[in-house]
Amino acid sequence: MTTEIRRKLVVFTCFLITGVTLIPVVMMVLVAFQSDGESMAAKPSFWPSSWHPENLTRAFDLVPLGKYLLNTIYFAAGTTLLETVTAALAAYAFARLNFPGRSWLFGIYLATLMIPSQVTLIPQFVLVAKLHGIDTWPGMILPHAFTAIGVFLLRQFFLGIPRDYEEAARLDGANRWQAFVRVIVPLAVPAIATLAVFKFIGQWNNLLWPLVISNSDATRTASVGLQVFQDTNGTQWNLLLMAATVTTIPLIVLFFLTQRWFVRGITMSGLGGR
Amino acid sequence: MAISTADTAPVTATPTPARQAPTPRWRSREALTAWLFILPSLIGFLIFTAGPVVAAGVISLLNWNLFSAPTWAGLHNFARLGPDPTFWSALGSTAYFTLVSVPLTILVSLLLALLLNQGLQRIAVFRSLLLLPYATITVAVAFVWIWLYIPHDGLVNAVLGWFGINGPAWLISDTWAMPALILMSVWKSFGFGMVVFLAGLQAIPQQLYEAGRVDGTSPWKSLRHITLPMLSPALFFVVVTSVIGSFQVFDQALIMTNGGPGTRTTTLVMYIYRTGFENYDQGYAAAQSLVLFAFIVIITAGQFLFQQRLVHYDN
Repeated sequence: MTTEIRRKLVVFTCFLITGVTLIPVVMMVLVAFQSDGESMAAKPSFWPSSWHPENLTRAFDLVPLGKYLLNTIYFAAGTTLLETVTAALAAYAFARLNFPGRSWLFGIYLATLMIPSQVTLIPQFVLVAKLHGIDTWPGMILPHAFTAIGVFLLRQFFLGIPRDYEEAARLDGANRWQAFVRVIVPLAVPAIATLAVFKFIGQWNNLLWPLVISNSDATRTASVGLQVFQDTNGTQWNLLLMAATVTTIPLIVLFFLTQRWFVRGITMSGLGGR
Repeated sequence: MAISTADTAPVTATPTPARQAPTPRWRSREALTAWLFILPSLIGFLIFTAGPVVAAGVISLLNWNLFSAPTWAGLHNFARLGPDPTFWSALGSTAYFTLVSVPLTILVSLLLALLLNQGLQRIAVFRSLLLLPYATITVAVAFVWIWLYIPHDGLVNAVLGWFGINGPAWLISDTWAMPALILMSVWKSFGFGMVVFLAGLQAIPQQLYEAGRVDGTSPWKSLRHITLPMLSPALFFVVVTSVIGSFQVFDQALIMTNGGPGTRTTTLVMYIYRTGFENYDQGYAAAQSLVLFAFIVIITAGQFLFQQRLVHYDN
């Protein structure tokens, strides 16, 4: 009896807290559909008194949101793909192959792990500027595609794969490359997917780097585009929040599709602290 | 960790005849393979990550605005920090943000993880919905929070009004702009800690609680003496990463307050951004970024020293 009441109380509290937590996301969508007058009124209203789906096309007319979204996908996918592939290759060598200088080279990777991205921001900007990479895709993507964290995480995972699997393939005549592609990579799919999801979502969110490197619609990402939207159109709330909704929803969908890896990634990193 | 054991010395001199024949060629082939695997990552890493770290040190010693030739400044850029009031106010704002937002975020994460761990069915549904803010774009949700904080009749103040509280003009108030940013940041980031704690809670062996129950331990005591010690490695991890993250707060401050009112919410990273990309004072900005790094190193090292007394590792 008391456990039953307790259980109901817990469920009720969960519903309540989840509801309150989601208010900002829900309000973003609701205000996006309000009329100009309603959303700009001195006294904001919460539920739209009339629905205006044409706000969607109006927001796209004010700024090229579609282009920004596409740019964001280029940027996030480009950095993710480059980082994941190169990190997996390097991590395999660090985990499995013997070569002179392995430990000090890995040490250099490790040493950069703790350095905040603001330290490299200015030199990276100077480098890209000198190479005439401002507002180009290589300039956007390359500086953020070779961080140490991917190599570090995947090496940890590869170390946990029993050597026997690979030895068996090697006895069957597979060379290192074949062993890597046919044995290690399939076994490491969860770890690689986790790294990819985290990198992708992180770069989708990245504001500072696109803000300094991108200066036209050619490479402008959604985060920077929203900031420009705010600067040029003031706070026309319904259109601003429509733009915010449009740029957030793909990420939310991606989050729900990949959350298995997302959650695993968080707990992996969390328990990595042990 | 001792990984480079026997792979460097020329093996020909070793008097073990059994291994002598195949080793040298095999080793060098393996080394060649290894370099081929590493090279794509290494080239990019040296140019775009390791190189810039070294370059940051050099640039911090220069007077440089990117357009004209740099001149040598020695330690002048670091000396400029002392009498620069904006730097100290940025440091103060960042410390304020960190000292309030980190404990608050961790408390919220922990309470929610404890709540979700009450043997709920559908726990995964609540977990993903509560994790949703963590997976949104900071810039986009920052706009909604500006809207929530609209003075007088905004949603936050409307709710406060139900309780007879006359809410402040949050984002333009000297006193309340920073708390407003903190509240938004707690909302944005509690999901991360919640998921870590939930995984930690689910890994605690149930026998520990059952033993406690036999001895008649109160729920509060079992939280204090079983749950928290068992959870301490996860707690420590979340504290360290949250402190590092909150020292780098930028996006929401840029969008919601643009550092204002005055310089009330200008954080260190925002000041670095302004110095480097609005004043084009690259040398000074690089010096500031190294000071930020030094703070992060000192605080993290301090936490690692402190944890030895508090964190319970179950090996």
